[in-house]
Amino acid sequence: MSAARSFTWFAEHESRLAWRDMLSMMTAGRRDRERRVAIGVAIFLVFMHGVAFLVLRRYLNEGIRPDLSTLVAITTGILLSGSAMLSQAMESVTRTFYARSDLEFILSAPVRADKLFAVRIGAMALTAALMSMLLIGPFIDVLVWRNGLRWLGAYGVLIAVSLATTALAVVLTFTLFQLIGAKRTRLAAQIVAAIIGGLFVIGLQLAAMFSAGSYSRLAFLQSRYVMARAPGLSSIMWWPARAVLGDGYCLFFVAGAGVALFVAITALYAPRFANYAIAASGSWHSAGRKRQSVGLFKIESAAATLRHKERLLILRDPWLISQSLMQLLYLVPPALLLSRSFESRSGAPVILVPVLIMAAGQLAGGLAWLTISGEDAPDLVNSAPVSASRILRAKIEAVLQCIAVIFCPFTMVLALISPAQALIAIVGVTCASASSAAIQLWFRSQAARSQFRRRHTSSRIATLAEAFVSITWAAVGAVAASGSWLALAVAALAILILLAVRSVSPGKA
Amino acid sequence: MLQDTFPLALDIAGLCKRFDRPAVEGLNLRVKSGEFYMLVGPNGAGKTTTLKMVSGLLKPDKGAISVFGIDALADPIAAKQITGWLSDEPMIYDKLTPMEYLEFVSGLWSVDAHTAERRSRDLLHWLGLDDNANERCEKFSRGMRQKVALAGALVHEPRLIILDEPLTGLDAGSARLVKNVLAEKVQGGSSVVMSTHILEIAERMADRIGVIANGHLIAEGTLDELRDRTGIAGASLEDMFLSIVARSRAAA
Repeated sequence: MSAARSFTWFAEHESRLAWRDMLSMMTAGRRDRERRVAIGVAIFLVFMHGVAFLVLRRYLNEGIRPDLSTLVAITTGILLSGSAMLSQAMESVTRTFYARSDLEFILSAPVRADKLFAVRIGAMALTAALMSMLLIGPFIDVLVWRNGLRWLGAYGVLIAVSLATTALAVVLTFTLFQLIGAKRTRLAAQIVAAIIGGLFVIGLQLAAMFSAGSYSRLAFLQSRYVMARAPGLSSIMWWPARAVLGDGYCLFFVAGAGVALFVAITALYAPRFANYAIAASGSWHSAGRKRQSVGLFKIESAAATLRHKERLLILRDPWLISQSLMQLLYLVPPALLLSRSFESRSGAPVILVPVLIMAAGQLAGGLAWLTISGEDAPDLVNSAPVSASRILRAKIEAVLQCIAVIFCPFTMVLALISPAQALIAIVGVTCASASSAAIQLWFRSQAARSQFRRRHTSSRIATLAEAFVSITWAAVGAVAASGSWLALAVAALAILILLAVRSVSPGKA
Repeated sequence: MLQDTFPLALDIAGLCKRFDRPAVEGLNLRVKSGEFYMLVGPNGAGKTTTLKMVSGLLKPDKGAISVFGIDALADPIAAKQITGWLSDEPMIYDKLTPMEYLEFVSGLWSVDAHTAERRSRDLLHWLGLDDNANERCEKFSRGMRQKVALAGALVHEPRLIILDEPLTGLDAGSARLVKNVLAEKVQGGSSVVMSTHILEIAERMADRIGVIANGHLIAEGTLDELRDRTGIAGASLEDMFLSIVARSRAAA
């Protein structure tokens, strides 16, 4: 097979797999759902365009000028989506290294593997661009519709950013490989990806808090503090923003830079991909830690054994740790806000309570799925002389213990400033975590732990319900923290939602 | 020779289970204490369904299951306490080491820590996994995973060991190791019910063999009894099996 032919052949093969993979993820593997999914996507896009219109209406009415505040806002948007794309691409590169599915088979074939990896790097860039387009595209479309075709340049910038961030992700992951080896890169890369994903937005939040004294990122970006320190209008730093605004010269430069960087990095690194993938494969066979001493078994009750196992598996799941770390990173700004409140004794801000409750609900949902549905040895556990209810109870206890360990420090510091708000936070965190765990329990369906990434596809009702109930409990916390008895009414709403979810769960429906 | 006065390790009566079609229909099966019983049959005959019902992993639609005199349907916890289960697909935790896995299994069966640790080391030694005892299972080959799963099925020293195609995917050396461990367990007084499609193993290891097809037990006995029944002198189990299944199909 010629080089060019093998390239296009791989591209066709990969596109087919990617398309079927995405379709199966959207439809949870059921062909009869394709039409419903298409309708759902269409509704989502219409909804997003509506949201974009409402958000942009004020700016469109006022007229968008290429002044410093506009350039700052657009550049910030580009950096935000860029950090998310970089995080996603790093995740994808790491996955490609360690995925054993078809890699060994393809590497054993008499074709040049660098073509395959070049296609896979391209697919990563394309995926990052498409994911961003899903969220940013409606805003661009509204701007094109109401403000002229020049805004189409934004799509060019989006693609250029996806190419550049994918190239950067490849370089970063390869550097990690060289620095710390194949064995440690898997966990390290996922943690770095999580940090990158949250770093920019958190950094912005922190800057807003400490320089402008505001929790609002938008207010911070428009503040005199930022304007006074921003580079002049002619700076090259604004070229991507100018390209978004339709400046042809800047668009040509930004798109060209993105493509050039991507092509150069792909040409340089694709041939090395196979060696690294083989090294990653070899890392599985290296010797593990030895533990030869005796008296190591600590066996208590069956429930304690189950809880211990769940905690151990949670701690050893690199992907889960990176995802949880990302969620926890978002708690850094409120934590700093908490410490500032503590120093000034000015009373904890109301915003802390709902943030903690929301984070707890979301984290508990993921952990509950892993422990309840993501059981890798269901036959073993079910054949043990332990009742099914005791098994489930032990698993939920393990989740709640993890939540308690994570959120206790926050609530303890909060208690030093405002015992009442700490109490509200504790009740809210407990309710949100218990609700998420209950939803996962009602909608449980056996799956391999490795399917965690796709847990949302098994039941979209459960996913939506989990998010909705967490938000409602966060609202309860916010209203209660502001001292209103209306919190009871919102709490009743949360319970009603839970009851409604219970009534449509597979066990009840 | 096994005595009829010994308590029955397993007593199945009128067992039925239906999915889209009947999987097991009115199955009666008796396994004596200390007996190595092999269940053979074509694909889809109902072997796995039967064994899963015995292990408490499936609920029968009808029938009774008794494990050493314990009604497994009325008191599943007590029955599970003395039963060990191993499926053809080794279900272990990638992120645990074999020792951690066996510690977990011992905890589920409430084996005391000291005994559990000693047994775990012995089992891993017998199964040739000494050097891998503290490595995470994610690195293991299929055969190694199956051996870890077998150790898990044996660490609580069950009186009744249920094995569903336990030798699938094992190399000759590993299969020999597993067979030796099982033979030793039977000599030690445990009862084994094992399904297999490897008829040579059934021929060599089983005290009695049950042939199952379409959810029914269509023949049962020692190798000699099955030979008498088929009337093929000096026949191998494979010949007898094919003849019995063919007759059963013709009769159906």
